[in-house]
Amino acid sequence: MAELAGSASAARRQPALAAPPVLWAGVAIQVLPDEARFSLRLPKAAAATAAEVAGFSLAVPVNRYAKNDQRWSARLGPNEWLLGGPEGDGGAIAAEIEAALAGQIHGVTDISHRQVAFDVAGAEAANILNAGCPLDLSLVGFPGGSATRSILGKAEIVLMRPASAPVFRVECWRSFAEYVHAFLAEAARDCPARE
Amino acid sequence: MLLIDCPYCGPRPEVEFRCGGEAHIARPAQPADMDDKAWAEFLFIRSNPKGVHAERWIHQHGCQRWFNALRDTYTDAFIETYEMGTKPSRLPDGRTTR
Amino acid sequence: MKQDYRLAKGGRIDRARPLSVTFNGRRLFGFAGDTLASLLLANGQHLVGRSFKYHRPRGVLSHGSDEPNALLAVDRGPGRIDPNNRASMVEARDGLVARSQNHWPSLDFDVGAVNDALAPLFPAGFYYKTFMWPRAFWDRLYEPAIRAAAGLGEAPSSPDPDRYAHRHAHCDVLIVGGGPAGLAAALAASATDKSVILADEGAELGGALLHESSATIDGAPAAQWLAETVKTLIGRANLTLLPRTTAFGYYNHNHVALIERLADHLAAPPPDLARERLWQVRAREVVLATGAHERPLIFADNDRPGIMLAESVRAFINRYAVAPGRRIVFATSGASAYSAAADAKAAGVDVALVDIRREEACRADAAALRAMGCEVLTGHTIIGSTGRKRVSGLIVAPIDGQAKVGARRTLDCDCVGLSGGWTPAVHLFSQSRGALRFEPAIDGFVPDRAAQAVRSAGASGGTYPLSACLTEGFAAGAAAAGAPAARSFAASATRVGFQPARALPTSRDAKRVKAFVDFQNDVTAKDVKLAVNEGFESIEHVKRYTTTGMATDQGKTSNMNALALAADALGKPIPQVGTTTFRPPYTPVSFAAIVGPSRGSLFDPVRKTPIYDWAAERGAKFENVSLWRRAWYFPKPGEDMHAAVARECKAARGAVGLFDGSTLGKIEVVGPDAAEFMNRMYINSWTKLEPGRCRYGVMLKEDGYILDDGVVARLAPDRFHVTTTTGGAARVLNHMEDYLQTEWPHLDVFLTSITEQWAVIAVQGPKARETIAPLVAGVDLSNEAFPHMSVRACRILGAPCRLFRVSFTGEVGYEINVPSDFGRAVWEAVYERGQAFGITPYGTEAMHVLRAERGFIIVGQETDGTMTPDDVGLAGMIAKAKPDFVGKRSLARPDLVAPGRKQLVGLLTEDPNLVLDEGAQIVENPAMPIPMRMIGHVTSSYWSANCGRSIALAMIADGRNLMGRTLHATVAAGFASVKVSAPVFVDPKGERVHG
Repeated sequence: MAELAGSASAARRQPALAAPPVLWAGVAIQVLPDEARFSLRLPKAAAATAAEVAGFSLAVPVNRYAKNDQRWSARLGPNEWLLGGPEGDGGAIAAEIEAALAGQIHGVTDISHRQVAFDVAGAEAANILNAGCPLDLSLVGFPGGSATRSILGKAEIVLMRPASAPVFRVECWRSFAEYVHAFLAEAARDCPARE
Repeated sequence: MLLIDCPYCGPRPEVEFRCGGEAHIARPAQPADMDDKAWAEFLFIRSNPKGVHAERWIHQHGCQRWFNALRDTYTDAFIETYEMGTKPSRLPDGRTTR
Repeated sequence: MKQDYRLAKGGRIDRARPLSVTFNGRRLFGFAGDTLASLLLANGQHLVGRSFKYHRPRGVLSHGSDEPNALLAVDRGPGRIDPNNRASMVEARDGLVARSQNHWPSLDFDVGAVNDALAPLFPAGFYYKTFMWPRAFWDRLYEPAIRAAAGLGEAPSSPDPDRYAHRHAHCDVLIVGGGPAGLAAALAASATDKSVILADEGAELGGALLHESSATIDGAPAAQWLAETVKTLIGRANLTLLPRTTAFGYYNHNHVALIERLADHLAAPPPDLARERLWQVRAREVVLATGAHERPLIFADNDRPGIMLAESVRAFINRYAVAPGRRIVFATSGASAYSAAADAKAAGVDVALVDIRREEACRADAAALRAMGCEVLTGHTIIGSTGRKRVSGLIVAPIDGQAKVGARRTLDCDCVGLSGGWTPAVHLFSQSRGALRFEPAIDGFVPDRAAQAVRSAGASGGTYPLSACLTEGFAAGAAAAGAPAARSFAASATRVGFQPARALPTSRDAKRVKAFVDFQNDVTAKDVKLAVNEGFESIEHVKRYTTTGMATDQGKTSNMNALALAADALGKPIPQVGTTTFRPPYTPVSFAAIVGPSRGSLFDPVRKTPIYDWAAERGAKFENVSLWRRAWYFPKPGEDMHAAVARECKAARGAVGLFDGSTLGKIEVVGPDAAEFMNRMYINSWTKLEPGRCRYGVMLKEDGYILDDGVVARLAPDRFHVTTTTGGAARVLNHMEDYLQTEWPHLDVFLTSITEQWAVIAVQGPKARETIAPLVAGVDLSNEAFPHMSVRACRILGAPCRLFRVSFTGEVGYEINVPSDFGRAVWEAVYERGQAFGITPYGTEAMHVLRAERGFIIVGQETDGTMTPDDVGLAGMIAKAKPDFVGKRSLARPDLVAPGRKQLVGLLTEDPNLVLDEGAQIVENPAMPIPMRMIGHVTSSYWSANCGRSIALAMIADGRNLMGRTLHATVAAGFASVKVSAPVFVDPKGERVHG
């Protein structure tokens, strides 16, 4: 069994939620594939001047989203970023961040498995999210490139809108994924496009 | 539902926040040096004005940062929100902030 | 198909779409566009319900949402019986089934009507006065009887099968009310680029314009102007029109709640359509154009079926083409009823009008009506009415200049239209905490100083002429949109103005008649006077004592009359008496709509661990721990809980047990000041804890009481892996963030919740090491290299792993932390590997027993928010050399060092088979007279298979000085003797954990 212990492929990942896409006329809800995710924290002073770390844009205002190639960052607070990248790059990302910030005060924590992500896309996406999210999700209130923590019903979420297209990315802690997905699926039935 | 102007995120709905009670009550630097009465004052005694009140809020389901606010407890109007460790541009009743 | 009272032409009903409804089992016919009220009246059904208290026959009073009488149950099938629908607001649709309420055995013959005859026994405050004594009668007689009689309608008893949706929305301008003022406001506001929502409670926009037959606006008939305006508004992309939507609550910072009725008006609603949608709108500006309510006149027997509001008579005739009577008498103190009378006459009805005012106050209107051939009596009062289930006559009498009532005369009629003036609907403005001002010119309260970004327009602001309503609405809409503009509307003159009418002068003994003020709660004029006579001076007290205005109609038709009567009785002017507070909801809102999607599986998030499915597949029983659903025990076929838990406990001590600890709260504490921060947060010292080692930590609140506990691992000099209790995870993180951000912002520490990053698989028991050894790589598991209370980063089955050597059982134990997606695979591999040793999965119940056998506390079970470390025997953990930590100073508070505090002890029952109740009280001497002195309570109690007897933990005053003493615990049958012991029952020296 010793070789079993060392083998990289022995334990298989089991995703927190395997749900088929929810498809209505005005909205499609899909579980997104696994990604590597990190929470990056910097001291307040350093946060103000941070620019780019390991390909992640940090110099964006609070509640903004940025993407470079396959690596994206969402500034959730004055000194907090949610970083994401391809699932297989997790180790590399961690190492690159540590190398880039060597000698600087910082905190990086792997939260790849903590969260589950959904796409909520379509003309009715904002209305569906507004069934449980109290924010103004119009293009005026939540323009392309917005990202923030908020709530959906009784769950906390991170909500991102990468561009002005009506495609939202919802992230939540894994044990809330079933609830968040079911909440969105229920809300999607309220799609006026069906009336 | 209140609309609260988070110093970092802007106006957001009350459900994203939690109130942490009266602001500007700093934890004493040397608790051991305090007598029981002074310590009890720090622990338990809070003002409860009808009118402008300085209080602590955290944007729990947002940036998760604590901040201070001046709120009129009668009208529920927020007069000002400001970062932790800073003072409001004007004080509710002339008290100095710590 | 016959509708006796349907007019041959006119109205907004669609005669091409006939329909039928069932009322009390009878099939009645109508048309699309009818409400239940208009349909019933078209069929001559005036009697539609029995009143709340006296069970008096009642009919439709109003055509709008202020209806107090005509409350019907609408039956849409099983689980869909909805009580207390106002008939005037229910749209008729084919197949609708409705029933009247509050009568037995039938609407026509109601036994409860005896209350009417016994009315002298039921004055205001009757309940408070009558059911005082004898005390013993309350539980068995009074309360059940009152409960049976209380309430209107029957609550449904099966689950509601419908969906209810929620929606948050934001807009620049919210306009409430789609009458002339609201429409004009919408025209102005939506002409800008601002986002606008217009909500109206009716099925059709237009408000009073929907029954306005004679007025013109800008030269066009009102109906034509309305049609063109609605068309214009529909074309505006920045405007959301919400018909059938009631704004029912106005909360802080322009947060307004709306209820939209989506399905009830449809004969066959689509299956996915929600029945109702609750909107929470945050508006930058709000325009209230909510109109006004007409007041009835107060005289004896003013509540008979067929007696309704004058403007409602007009609405039934003009909008619904229903003549509510063949001979209608209007009784009025104001001008608007003349328009109603004229329209009734024009529709072919026999009309007479009685005006309270003297001839000179209404000469022109009276002359015009007389010219149409109607009898008009001015300077008359109303003495009463005749009829029973339908009004048959109105008794009137002249009043001379000295207010002397002359000879009575009865005007035959089958319908009466009352108008006692108008009351602006200031409900939402008042809810917004705006101040009201009494305006004597219109005898009503009007909006004064606004507390939020809100403005009123039209009748809700006290402005009644049509042209002024339009102009004011337009200006309000433009200003709310930030683009002030004015536009004048040329509307034909409207009849406005009235003389305030209180209880009408009468020659009868006012004490012996019922002149209703509040129809829904059966409050009469004499009740209000009685309340004042009995010493109630505040209008809020009068309201509660008489219950006037407290029914579901919120006193829309009655408040102003009740207030004026109270003011008269008090001899004070109305502004001095003030008005009662308006509270949400404006009209009743179904609980289901408030609950919305949060029911069934969406009631709360149900949090499950990565191992949940495995446990469920094996028939585990689960328990709720905060929002988590945790495996409680794993019964084998035929096993009960007792047997399963006993087996699981034996296995963990005898061989190896497997436990899902994934719900444990976890926080990564990172940064150069991490150790310093930990020193300040915990009673322990962390400075000397080497990386790779663990320590059990206890955390206090600033008041010195235990907040939480858990094992903390130091992964690196600047990185800790903190664990918390399952239920305390969020609390501990919040507590830490609070101190970090507000007290010590200079510390460079970062906190991240990693609860859900890691699945935790606890492997406990003498065979634990052998079980996991073949699966892990990169770690030496020997006792020397990896002793108890250590942590190592390694790999298990190729997955990254934080392996803890810790124990919550007192046995050799490991807690395997793997990224959550690997949790199930690793769990299954451990389970498979452990088969050779009889590995036994155990649940939270066995976990509780195992830790209690070793005397480990559970925060929240042994502690209750008032326990210090010393109370639970953990004083030795306090790092006394530390100058400070959160809660340290409080540990020296006089109460916390006083003798006699409750202390953690063990209890052994005299009867080893007796398992005490958790929470049982402990006394020293059960022979003591009651009340006995209770010296403590049982906090944990189990059957311990490993001990072969029951064990218990308890918090007992001065308990550590009572070792060996016999005390007494409460049991169902009295008391049981227990002996105080040390709080440890297995392996007292704690040696087994080292293996």
